[in-house]
Amino acid sequence: MHATALLGQTWKLSDVVEIVAETPRAKTIWFDIPDWPGHRAGQHVDVRLTAENGYQAERSYSIASAPNGTRIALTVARVEDGDVSPFLCDDLRPGDRIELRGPLGGYFAWEPDQGGPLFLVADGSGVAPLMAMIRLRAATQSETDACLLLSSRSWADIIYREELERLSGDGLTVVHTLTPSQPPGWTGYERSVDAQMLAAVGPPPAARPRAYISGPTPFVELVANALVELGHSPDRIRTEHFGPTGG
Amino acid sequence: MDSQMLDGNAVAGMLQEVFAVEMTNAIETCRGCGASDALGATHVYRGAGTVLVCPHCDNPLVKIVRGDTRMWIGFPGLAMLQLPVV
Repeated sequence: MHATALLGQTWKLSDVVEIVAETPRAKTIWFDIPDWPGHRAGQHVDVRLTAENGYQAERSYSIASAPNGTRIALTVARVEDGDVSPFLCDDLRPGDRIELRGPLGGYFAWEPDQGGPLFLVADGSGVAPLMAMIRLRAATQSETDACLLLSSRSWADIIYREELERLSGDGLTVVHTLTPSQPPGWTGYERSVDAQMLAAVGPPPAARPRAYISGPTPFVELVANALVELGHSPDRIRTEHFGPTGG
Repeated sequence: MDSQMLDGNAVAGMLQEVFAVEMTNAIETCRGCGASDALGATHVYRGAGTVLVCPHCDNPLVKIVRGDTRMWIGFPGLAMLQLPVV
């Protein structure tokens, strides 16, 4: 067996080096993994937690950081009744170690030489794999035009808000919709993403954008179907479903 | 559409255990409707086991059940699987 074929198959205890609060409900956990083989923007890792009684729970989390050395970042939204995310958000500390395997996937990945334009559509923490693409685009000074449409519950719930503001311009457009809650004076979108919003915000079908859609399953299905109805080619649309909440 | 539904990306780790290569870009052909898609684009349901279904006709393509020391994998609806070779 060729060595590279085995990458990502084994569980490895990985060191938590830093934890950053992104919003009241989401944290970014940085790991340092000395033999990390590198990843592609859009890939994910599996996280496995084992309780003292042997019960194991596994979840997949997208990598939010651009490929850069041995450090990777996962952004985790806290799901109230989840098995895994409350532990990751509330109990995990720098210096702790948890089991990861990866990088995994390749279908929902983007490389700068694939070009674009990119139309990135996310709900909540679904923005994580798209942020890896946006960060990679910036790090490589890619000239690919990109548009992010991000739906968040409120202004305070916008993940990576300040970094997205900084990276905007130079071909990157960021559009927020806030639902159900908006700050005073908000003039932007304040409804769930729909076909009309996608048509107004994103590149036209004639530009043949590469669309990456990430979030809870009902959101992803709605956006993917709306893009096809607007005339976008299904083979340019990639989706990542988180299930009902993301767990 | 079921809100519990996931996609083939969610089982990338498990598929990689079985096949020892990245599988979400592998192309499956459905025995039911003949459509071909990347495994990453299939619809995935989890219960006692995991089922990958065709995103066009809901035909069950692959069923995986995992025990402590053994894994059962069946291909009830798969006509073909295309993998890159190196």
